Amino acid sequence: MASQTRLRIKTLVMVLAMVVCANVGDPMLKRGMTTIGAVEVSASGLAHAFRMTVTNATIWVGIIFLIGFMVSYMTALSWADYSYVMPAGAFGYAVLTLLAVVFLHETVSPKRWMGVLLICVGVLLVGQTKPSTTTSPAAQKVAA
Amino acid sequence: MTPGTIFLLAVLICGSTFGEIAMTFGMKATGEPARLRPKPLLIFLGRAVCNAWFWVAIPLMALSFYSLLVLLSWQPISLVIPASALSYVVGTLGAKYILKEEVNGARWAGVILVCAGVVLVTMG
Repeated sequence: MASQTRLRIKTLVMVLAMVVCANVGDPMLKRGMTTIGAVEVSASGLAHAFRMTVTNATIWVGIIFLIGFMVSYMTALSWADYSYVMPAGAFGYAVLTLLAVVFLHETVSPKRWMGVLLICVGVLLVGQTKPSTTTSPAAQKVAA
Repeated sequence: MTPGTIFLLAVLICGSTFGEIAMTFGMKATGEPARLRPKPLLIFLGRAVCNAWFWVAIPLMALSFYSLLVLLSWQPISLVIPASALSYVVGTLGAKYILKEEVNGARWAGVILVCAGVVLVTMG
């Protein structure tokens, strides 16, 4: 029982890290790419865009957060089910909407609120199932 | 929807599903980090990138990502993201039949609600 609780808590921590990293990284990358402007699809245009990209601090911050997302995702998958982690990651859509209302004072349509509600209920339903239903080959090796 | 859009949507959904399934195989074979601290995490990452499944997953996920970029340049986001939300259902089918995970009624209901929620959020 205690090990199930521990498993649930550490999976929740990783899913939260995934949601935070993706929701900070994506807008940073978008903001950085907007300052560079439209990329011209030619050898010189792509080379110019590459130079602008690697010297842009906002893009680097975005990349670091997206690496953080990837590491959290890989870590969660090392013990939890894919069918548990994947829908839980969608919680980010709900967080983004709430942040837009609280900090940007955006008006959210009833359709969008309904979507947020469905995501939250869906994540809660998935969250109350067992995080891991398979035995990993690495765990089998340890047991042997 | 043009045949090209439908084809790229299929590439996007299959690429992300099979890429993430390959990543799950890789991470399960790697085994979880000893502790959630920087050093054990770095050791875990070192072991993970030495796993062949990791290198199967990365090109598939990259293919899916580039399909998304091309689709977004062809079609409005309000069409692309709701359509790609189907990957939650395809991914759960993959988890059940390929990864042999136990997907009970509550998990299926949750996945379908999340899928419908993502469609509504993007269209709202």
